[in-house]
Amino acid sequence: MIKVEGLSKNAGAVEILKDLTLSIPPGGITALIGPNGAGKSSLLHCIAGLDRPTSGMVRIDGTDPFSCPDRERARHLAFLQQSQPVVPRLTVRDMVAFGRWPHHGGRPRPEDAEATEQALRAFELEDLSERPLEVLSGGQRQRALVAMTYAQATPWLLLDEPLNALDPRHAHDLMRRLNDLSHAADERSVVVVLHDINAAARWADRIIAMKDGRIAAEGLVAEVLTGEVLRDLYDTPFDVLVHGGRPLVVTV
Amino acid sequence: MVERRVLWLVGALIALSALFLLWQLRAPMGFILSLRGTKLASLILVGAATGIATVLFQTVAGNRLLTPGIVGFDALFVFIQTALVLSLGGIGYATLPSVAKFLFETGALVGTGLLLFGGLLLRDARDLTRMILTGVILGVMLRGLAEMMQRVMAPSEFAVVQQALFATFGAVDTNQLWIAGALLGAATVAALRLAPALDVAALGRDRARSLGLGYDFLMLQALALVAVLVAVATALVGPMTFLGLLAASLAREITGTHRHAAVLPAAGLMGALILVAGQFGFERLLSRQSALAVMVEFFGGLLFLLLVLRRRSV
Amino acid sequence: MRSSPRSPGPIADLLRPAILIAAALIALTTASLAIGSASLWGGDLGTGWLLAVSRFPRTAAALLAGAGLAVAGTVVQQAVQNRLVEPSLTGTTESAMLGLIAITLIAPGMSIGWKAALAAVAALAGTGGFLMLARRVPMQDPLLLPIVGLIYGGILSAMAIWLAWNADLMQLLGAWRLGEFSGIVQGRYELLWIIAALSLLLYTLADRLTLLGLGETQARSLGLNYTQTRLLALAVMSLIASLVTVTVGALPFVGLVAPNLISRWRGDNLRANLPFIAAGGGGLVLAADIAGRLIRYPYEIPAATVFSVFGAAIFLWLLHSVPARSHG
Repeated sequence: MIKVEGLSKNAGAVEILKDLTLSIPPGGITALIGPNGAGKSSLLHCIAGLDRPTSGMVRIDGTDPFSCPDRERARHLAFLQQSQPVVPRLTVRDMVAFGRWPHHGGRPRPEDAEATEQALRAFELEDLSERPLEVLSGGQRQRALVAMTYAQATPWLLLDEPLNALDPRHAHDLMRRLNDLSHAADERSVVVVLHDINAAARWADRIIAMKDGRIAAEGLVAEVLTGEVLRDLYDTPFDVLVHGGRPLVVTV
Repeated sequence: MVERRVLWLVGALIALSALFLLWQLRAPMGFILSLRGTKLASLILVGAATGIATVLFQTVAGNRLLTPGIVGFDALFVFIQTALVLSLGGIGYATLPSVAKFLFETGALVGTGLLLFGGLLLRDARDLTRMILTGVILGVMLRGLAEMMQRVMAPSEFAVVQQALFATFGAVDTNQLWIAGALLGAATVAALRLAPALDVAALGRDRARSLGLGYDFLMLQALALVAVLVAVATALVGPMTFLGLLAASLAREITGTHRHAAVLPAAGLMGALILVAGQFGFERLLSRQSALAVMVEFFGGLLFLLLVLRRRSV
Repeated sequence: MRSSPRSPGPIADLLRPAILIAAALIALTTASLAIGSASLWGGDLGTGWLLAVSRFPRTAAALLAGAGLAVAGTVVQQAVQNRLVEPSLTGTTESAMLGLIAITLIAPGMSIGWKAALAAVAALAGTGGFLMLARRVPMQDPLLLPIVGLIYGGILSAMAIWLAWNADLMQLLGAWRLGEFSGIVQGRYELLWIIAALSLLLYTLADRLTLLGLGETQARSLGLNYTQTRLLALAVMSLIASLVTVTVGALPFVGLVAPNLISRWRGDNLRANLPFIAAGGGGLVLAADIAGRLIRYPYEIPAATVFSVFGAAIFLWLLHSVPARSHG
């Protein structure tokens, strides 16, 4: 369970997050949606223990990410950043292998190599594994980064706009894989920022909608994805259709 | 394979050193050998310290174009040394035992370097170019301040500073060589111990932290090592801005890896190779003295521009 | 740029700052005329003679050099659309030095005026090289350009040192690299008056310089002959930089600090502000020279050294007091 209470975050004079309180139950996919600048990334950074909030508290399964030792935190929660500076000369395998660092701290064991290979297989990266990252396409690179986060083998997985630069097929594959993960027996919990509302509609179990540093709506997919909520959220009218038992959203 | 390339560099350095020592050796052999030996040792020490310091610093700054020299690290050392002469007086400074002096100056550089650059790095972690430019301008300011202090000094004190700052490869105190060697050895071992963590740090601050790396503390440790290494190099021969850039870039090119465990020693070896080869070429083959520093600056600067342009056009 | 209190009218808006800066200049000039190792009154030397031969030339040289560099800095900032460059960060000063060394080698007997003119050609060529580099540096990263310029200048310097060192001209190069006014006497600075004329010429181009700063596409669509204007402006700037270098030596940061300070105070309209920029640069350099005379009286510290400390401090303040994105 992720619990956030009274969380505020200022950057200079600007309030990015305003007194947020929410809880995310384990299991399944929780999608964060909302217009640009709503504070989704900032919230994720605070939960991941990377940015200290101005006030308020965060607990991941009862632990404070800011007082927990760094590597222990990273064995419990993995975070995929939005945009990645690429280190030259790093191969895909090298990159994915870094996901095991919190587990071995610089002295890799055989099981770490095995976990790396498994992550490469899971994201169909075997053929690319010896290629340097800088020659890959944006989508391939993104898959390598997700695979690294996956190799971290954490109960919690936080992803900030992972579908950026992915073509429809790989976007679909990624979401399906996250879906499988989050409903498998060892139950990994996924929190993901999405700009594609229909991806959220198709794959998410819960949706949290944010606007102006506050929570605008939260709940099950059908509760949040209504014409009224979406109109207020994006200041644009939407039609909500139904497709395959799930909502399908189009702008009017 | 990577390890084999580092071994090749070791071999090349040994061969070159032998050439440097034995080329046209005439009587009195013992005397000439010890003279050349001192010079060779200081060349290797300075080259290795500069190369390793640059790789460490580039990881701290998250930028492959920077050297401690570009952001004014060695200007800070010059400043400290001048301030020391000014406050102790020329005679007071000259009578200090050289070992104590050296250790004190190194300590002062580590302290102020951490305060200045550590503060800068942690505060401006997200605005890299501004941090670099701040460092560059700070370097200009420190050089100006040092020069101002030198102008204010009595001529006798000025002479002491001159001597302290502009020692050449030929005229290095053997005592200093031993301390410098010991410091370099200790710093290298420490840097190699940090190598796996530095690999993670090179992924960038946020990424490294989300992998559970104690990023900021590691950066301070690395920065302290940079300060020690810069002190070693600058105390022996004075500032050389671009040697490190040449050494680090060539080392990455040769090893073809991102792993610090290979790049750090390769950069050290490369720095030593450049200096020994350059000195050998200029002094023995062209019989020109002290042109080395200017040439290193020239080619290093060209390399910098090339790297900027290539990086931008990718 | 920033909102300033509404003033009664355009004339008063100009008049008050003009009076302010004129008063500051008069005070500095008086101080500069009065301060020196030889006493003005009651010394062995006649008051009038001392003023005419040493104090007045020195004061005028500092004012002219400072004003010229400030205007030159403005020009090059507009030409590359970046607030953080100036002649010593674009290779201009360094290539002038390189040219001077080369000319001294080839034709040692040439008159100083011709040397300065040929050095200006070298400076223009060097600045052209910088412009080619600048085209490859993206606009989104305005802080990278001064770093590139600094290194580019460093390479040119290394070449100059190499030449000077081989030809035994290190002393000459040393004088050019470090600007100071202690050697300025009657008969040794008059070339600097050309700067006054050049600055007037630039003033007639003020509106076009403002347009240059909008970038090529925008400026051309407003009907400016971009290439020609830029070439003319940069040629004038190169001449100013080489005149200063040959008479007093390099004075880094002046061209950067003065325009930026004035722009913060008065905004970015060059027709209204170019005189203020010139006055500001002159005043700053004169102040640095006076400080250099006083810090260890009766010995002197070169104005360039004093300025590198205070100029760098002001630069750092400029760099950190506004968000990086708004530069450029």
